[in-house]
Formats: sequence, C-alpha cells, structure tokens
Amino acid sequence: MIPVLSVRGLKVSIRTDEGRAEILDDIGLTLERGRILGVVGESGCGKSTLIRSIMGILPRAATVDGGEVWFEGENLLAFSEAELNDGVRSSRIGFIPQDPLLALNPVFKVGTQMLEIMRWHAPPDGLRGAARQRAHVGRLVGLLKRMQVPDPETALERYPHQFSGGQRQRLLIAAALACAPGLVIADEPTTALDVTTQHQILLLLRELVAEFGISLLFVTHDFGVVAELCDDLCVIYAGQTVEAGPVQAILDAPSHPYTRALLACHPDRATTFLGIPGSVPSPLARPPGCLFAPRCGDARALCLAARPPQGQARSGAEVRCVQFT
Amino acid sequence: MSPIFRKLARDLPAMLGLAIVVFVLLIAIFGPLLAPYPEDAAASHLARRLKPPSAAFPFGTDNLGRDIFSRVILGARGALSIALTVVSTAMLIGVPLGLIAGYRGGWLSEGIMRVTDVVLAIPQLILALALAQLMSPSLESAMLALSLTYWPYFTRIVYAETRRLSSSLFVDALRGIGAGSGRIVFLHILPNALSPVIVRATIGLGFTILVAAVLGFLGMGATPPAPDWGLAIAESRTYLPRAWWYATFPGLAILITVMGFNLLGDGLRDIVDPRIRRSR
Amino acid sequence: MTPDPILTLRDVSVRLGGRKGFLQRTVLPVQAVKQVSLDLRSGEILSLVGESGCGKTTLGRTILGLQRESEGEILLEGRRVSGLTPEAARRARSIVQYSHQDAGAALDPWWSIGRTLEEGLRIHGVRNASERRDRVASMLQAVGLDPTSARRYPHEFSGGQLRRLALARILLLQPRVLILDEPTSGLDMSVQATVLNLLLELRETFSLTYLFISHDLSVVERLSDRVAIMYLGRIVELGTANTVFGHPTHPYTRTLLAAAPRLSGRRASGPSLVRGDPPNPRLVLPGCSFFDRCPIGVPACQEAAPKLQPVATGHEVACHRADVEEKQGLAVGQTASIGAKRRA
Repeated sequence: MIPVLSVRGLKVSIRTDEGRAEILDDIGLTLERGRILGVVGESGCGKSTLIRSIMGILPRAATVDGGEVWFEGENLLAFSEAELNDGVRSSRIGFIPQDPLLALNPVFKVGTQMLEIMRWHAPPDGLRGAARQRAHVGRLVGLLKRMQVPDPETALERYPHQFSGGQRQRLLIAAALACAPGLVIADEPTTALDVTTQHQILLLLRELVAEFGISLLFVTHDFGVVAELCDDLCVIYAGQTVEAGPVQAILDAPSHPYTRALLACHPDRATTFLGIPGSVPSPLARPPGCLFAPRCGDARALCLAARPPQGQARSGAEVRCVQFT
Repeated sequence: MSPIFRKLARDLPAMLGLAIVVFVLLIAIFGPLLAPYPEDAAASHLARRLKPPSAAFPFGTDNLGRDIFSRVILGARGALSIALTVVSTAMLIGVPLGLIAGYRGGWLSEGIMRVTDVVLAIPQLILALALAQLMSPSLESAMLALSLTYWPYFTRIVYAETRRLSSSLFVDALRGIGAGSGRIVFLHILPNALSPVIVRATIGLGFTILVAAVLGFLGMGATPPAPDWGLAIAESRTYLPRAWWYATFPGLAILITVMGFNLLGDGLRDIVDPRIRRSR
Repeated sequence: MTPDPILTLRDVSVRLGGRKGFLQRTVLPVQAVKQVSLDLRSGEILSLVGESGCGKTTLGRTILGLQRESEGEILLEGRRVSGLTPEAARRARSIVQYSHQDAGAALDPWWSIGRTLEEGLRIHGVRNASERRDRVASMLQAVGLDPTSARRYPHEFSGGQLRRLALARILLLQPRVLILDEPTSGLDMSVQATVLNLLLELRETFSLTYLFISHDLSVVERLSDRVAIMYLGRIVELGTANTVFGHPTHPYTRTLLAAAPRLSGRRASGPSLVRGDPPNPRLVLPGCSFFDRCPIGVPACQEAAPKLQPVATGHEVACHRADVEEKQGLAVGQTASIGAKRRA
C-alpha cells in the first residue's frame, strides 16, 4: 500500500534582501493511509514552508530547488497552478488553517463561503443548478451536525463573528471535509484555542479520521498534542527531518540528539529548566556538516564535515545521525 | 536609517520625485545666482517684449520684455516659501489638536473633531477669496487662507494615530511603570504618529503650490511684478495662442514641482509601513 | 522573607464596561472578577490558571492598579492600597510590576532598548545619566543579554530575548512582586525552558514574589508553589501545586486536567470528558456558574454561588459537592505527571 503522501528530498529556497535563504534542505516525510502524522518543530524550522510546498502556495520569491512531493502516486510539484486549483486543493487535499478568525471573510455569511468552496471543488454528482446547491447544503448541514456546531440548520446563515473560537474551528474543519478529500493538512489548528476546546477538537479529529477514512497531516509545536493525537511523528530541525517514526516509540526512546534535547525541555520531563545551547543556523549560511552538530553534545569531527545520512534506530524510527548508521 | 533609504532607493518614481524636489529646492535657494537676468524680477525692457525662445532667452520674454527663464527660476522661491509656510502653520495648528483630541476622550475631543469637520467643509478657494476681500489681495492673505483650511487634514491623521496608539500595549506598559500623560503623549505617541503626518505634509507641499498658483492666477495671491508662476499664467492669457511660451514654461514649472512632491510623498507612504517603521 | 502575606485581596470584584458615554451606546457591564480573596506570600510563585473569560488577566491588572476594583480591599505590605485611581494606585503599589504577554509589543518601537530601559529610572528620579547607563548594563547582564543590546531596537530581537528585555525593564524599578502574564506563550520549548530558568534565578537574586498567570498546565505544575484555578471570575480551587494536581477536587479542575495534553499522554479517545463550550462572561446565572457544564451538578447547586471552603490543610475548593467521592464520568487517570510524582 503506497503512502498517501510522500515527500522526498525537498529543497526550497527564498530570495531575500540579504541573499538566498535555504528554508528546506532535503526534507522528507511519509504519511500512511488512514493515519495521523504529527510534524513537530520550533519556529523557523520550515514547517509552514513545507505545508505550502505540498499545497503549491509558496510565495513568489520562493523556488523549489529539488525533490518530489508524491500524493496518491502523482508528483504534485509537476502540476500546474490550474491543475492544483481545480483538481487538488479542497477537492483532494483539505486544509485547516491556524487562525479561524483570519481564515473567514467577516462580511460574508458562513454558508456563502462554505458553499462557494463546494461549488468549485465538490466532486461531480450528476446534479446541476439548484438541485446541486441543495445537495451541498444538505451535506454541509450534516457535517456541521457531526461537528457538534449548535443549530446547524441556521448556522449557515450566520456571520463568522457570531461564533466562538472553537465553533469557528469546527466550521473550518467542516469546510476542509466538505468535498471529501483523502488528505487533510492541519496547520496548528488548536494553538489559538482554550485547553478544553482544544481537547474536544483533537477528539473530533481522531473520530473523523476513523469515520471518513482520511489521512491527517498535523503540524504543531506542542509535543503534548502529538502524544495525544498522532500515530506517527516527524521532527523537523532547520529545514530537515531529523527523526521520523511511530509516536510512542519516539517519545519513549528518542534517538536523535535534537529530539532528545527538545523533549528534555518539556516541563513534563524536565528535571531542571535547561534550554538547548546555541541557536538554529541561519538559512543564509548553512554549515557543511550536520546542522545540529554545533549544538550537539555527542558531536564528533565527522559530524562537522559532512551531512549525516539517514539511519535506523532501534525504536524503528528513521534518524538522520551518524550514531545510527 | 539605512534600511529606509535602501528601500526608498529601489522605488524609482520616489527617487525621481526626490530628485525633482531637491532640484527645485536648490533653484529656490540659489535663484538670484542662477538666473541670467536677475533684475527681471522687477525691471522691464519693452524693446524686447514677447520674443519667442532663443539662445539669449531660453523661455522667451513676456509682455514687459522680461526673461521668462529668469522669472521661472526666481518664482521657485516664492512657490516653495508659500508651500513651506502654509504646511508648517497647518501642522502647528493641526497636530497638537489631534493629539489632545485623540488622547483624552470626552466632550473636548468631540468638540475638536466636530470643529475639524466643519472647517474641512470650507472650500479653500472660497475662503481665500473672502479673505482677499477683507484684507486686500496679497500673498499674506493667500497663505492665511490656505493654512486655515489645511490644518484639519493633520488633525484627523493625528487623531486616528493617537487613538490607536493610546490603546496600544506599549503605552499600557508605560502607564504600568509610572509614566505620566505628558511623557506618554510627547515622547512616545507623537514620534510614532509622525510618519503618516510627514507623508501628508510632503504631498501637501505640492498641493499648496498648485492652489497658490490658482490663487495667483485669480489675482488673489501674489501681486505684480512678482515672478509668481500662477500670476505669470494669468498675465499670459491675453497673448495666447501666439506667445505660447509665456504660459507654457511657468505651467511646466508648476507641473513638474507638484509632481515631484507627489511622487516623493507616495514613495514615503510605501516605506512608512510598520515593518520598516520600526527599524531606524 | 516575612511569612506575612505581602499582598492580600479581600472580596475583590471588578465590573468592566457599563459606562455611558455622551451620545454613546450603553455597554452592558461584565462581572469579570467576583469576590476574590487571596493571600500572596512573600517569595512564593502563585499561579492563576484558567481559560479565556475566567478573569485572570483582569485580576492581574487590578492587582497592578491599572484596572480599578469595583469592590473589595487590597493590602500591600499591610497597607491599604485599594480605592485609588489608576495613577494613584500605580504610585502606591510601585513595588508591584507587570510583564505583558506580548513582550515585543510592550516596547516602543521607535526607542532604542537602552533608552527604554533607562526611562523607568528617569521616571523614578535617577537623574545621573551615567548611573542610569551603568544600572541598565548590569541589569542586561543579569537577564543574560549582552550590554551592547542597549543600542539596538526591539524588532532586532527574538521572542525569548524580548521577554528578557521586558523583565530587565521592570526589574530596574526594584519591585518585590512581579505579575507575569503568560510569560512563555508563543515561545519555542527550548526558549521557554531558558526563560523559566531565568525566572527562578531572578527570584533568588532579587528576592521576588511571582503571580504567574498561565493556561499551560505543564509549566504551571513544574514552576508553581501554589495554584489558583479560576472560572468565570471566581477562584474555584486553591492549594499547593502538588495538592491541586495530585488531588483535583473541583469538577472544573478535574475537567481542565483531563483536557490538558500531557507528554505522558493518554491517547485522545472515548467520549469527551469536557462538556459544552467556554462560558460567556456576560451571562449572569444564579448559583454556581459551572452548573451547566458540571457532571455532578444537582438542583441545589443553582441556589447559591459556592464559596471557597477548606477541604484539607492548605486546600480550598468552591463547590457545594466537594465532599462527593465518586465524581462520575470524570476518571481523570494519569493527570499527575512525572514531575509531580517526583516531588511528592
């Protein structure tokens, strides 16, 4: 069974005032069908650029310098903008953004906005005109009911500001699922929510993945959320995947020095509060060797000389570190 | 400072505007030294009246035989001094009013803003005409009229910025550490509010030159024999279309100067967005 | 350190809005803080925990003085400092300082760091310019920054550095109590760890007391001495961190702990332990404000709002049914993290 999404060797750089910045440097991930993959990294690691590359919405100053993005057997990087817009975004890949308030147009009713998505991207069902619209409305109301949005019948007639933050996020989840995509990408969808609301949304996402048979790519910086929600985990550092594998295996026995250091910072595990010494290498000036070596306690001369290859840890995780090759 | 100039330097129209403004400024300052016939500010030479452009007189001569090239150069000084006087007076009135209205709410604020609305409704030219009647037409009456009708634009901008900044987090933090209102308004809010004011002032300089030219044209501003550009166009009316040079060159001077200020102002507006605003 | 509470709140309530401006619509008042009584002991870290609308930020600003309390008493070092206008309150409570959630936005973007840091000293009467410069330089070092930072501007610093700058600014004013509003929000985990470490060091160095406002339960559990859980303007549970995290009693506390994503996580599954949406602070309900979401609520709960009552030494809960052992449907399971176990 081929994975739903497989990113390999992706390299993306951006032209800036100060030169060419390499944001993604040979990054990769694998999302198996029906599973939830957590993409974890700190700020500046390239998570957002990775998502944008998959969806083809990179800023104009950015270029893809290499690599492939395989989605259900097709290389998305080879698609034109029109092909992506008509055939991929919303219809086959759904997207849940971080801030529901910013993602919804405040002057249009929620129903208008969601129906517009369906009008453009819903798979053909043989109906046309008013009948098609009615079918869409029916589907949306059903989805909203499933999302436990109060008063789903009248919800479509309301404006975004009339919903709470958690309800708005549910609306966006419904919008992402409206056209029955096989893959859903969620970009930190619970960061702006209260703890209890976040909990409900995470449970909901888990249920939806099982019920609708979708695969979920979940970007976050919160390891606790990953522990609760995700099946697999992919840790990003400075535009590279440093460790990837099953969540429980990695959390119980992290292999890559960065993963270990990061987990050691988490308040649930920290004995004392220690950060990670040093700072992330600037994307304008990448060192030749392992990108984490300057900050790594296990670093040897070999590490500074050349990029480490992919290896396998005992936990089953893929690790980009010389200790595991 | 350098990030601002670097960004500005990449904006070609803005650079063009800056070049024009600097050029006009230099002409205004060094006018009498640059004009080939500086005495033509006042003197007349009827023998060579209405001569077309030539080597001796690049812009031709006017109906009193005065070299138009020299008079255009000399006129720059008058144009710029009107513009600077009017805009700075308007700022001196408008900015403090905006600060007061924006920082403390209440009926004082409402009062100031309603007065601002009323004055905004008065057309500049009509007021200038009225004052000209009262005070007899002169450069001074024109400047007064323009100042009195331009300050509301500054008040509005400063009011909006002050209101926004008063509820900003850093002002809250300042109150937290015990800063008094005076310190907050003059040392913190005012510098942050000045950016849109400077943009407005730059464009206002161009606009004022245009209006002053119109007033001069109507005879409500500068009086003969001043080398005022608007006045020159007014005087040229009777001799058109034959003596086309008489109106064309002063007109071009106005056009290029106003355009210069507008381009510069537009360029400044683009760079004064928050991200650049923070890097000094 | 004196054992006497450095700060005492007695039945403090805060009503927001309700002002009727000339020609303006009346804004309905909101009871943001309802009858909060609290002691802050010298040298401790007391955390205020709650979700949006619980009133923790309003309470923090009320203690600071920029928000005026509507009712109740505030005592600082034994002196009564309540009933004052914001300006007078800040003068009377100058040993209390506040660190905003968004550290970068709390700095004037046009001013250099040095000038910003010196400003507090200027306001408080330090006239000698070189003395100000020296104190700023040594404070920058104390928070782990290079003294040359004084020449730079806020936008040139990262989130963690901005947090340090904000702390330096208020520490220069020699406070005794710091109100820290979500000091780790938006920070990467590695940066968060260094900031928390810094806060602990500074507490030692400068003999500080912290009021720590946060919604991050992992951090709160690790850092705090005592914890106060807030819901809709009231404190519903108060006790040491060990007690509140080890034996959560109030149904809301148990709900919150069950919902928080923890690293030792149980997997998100089964029916949601959390019911309903966060409440609307504008709605005033008689009786217990948690009733409509409470799994063990009975009609008697709607009659009167419960008050904080001790259920054990140093552990208070505001619940009519605090004594009920079987909290149905709220099997909290592994809420205690490794850290708490180690401390117990």
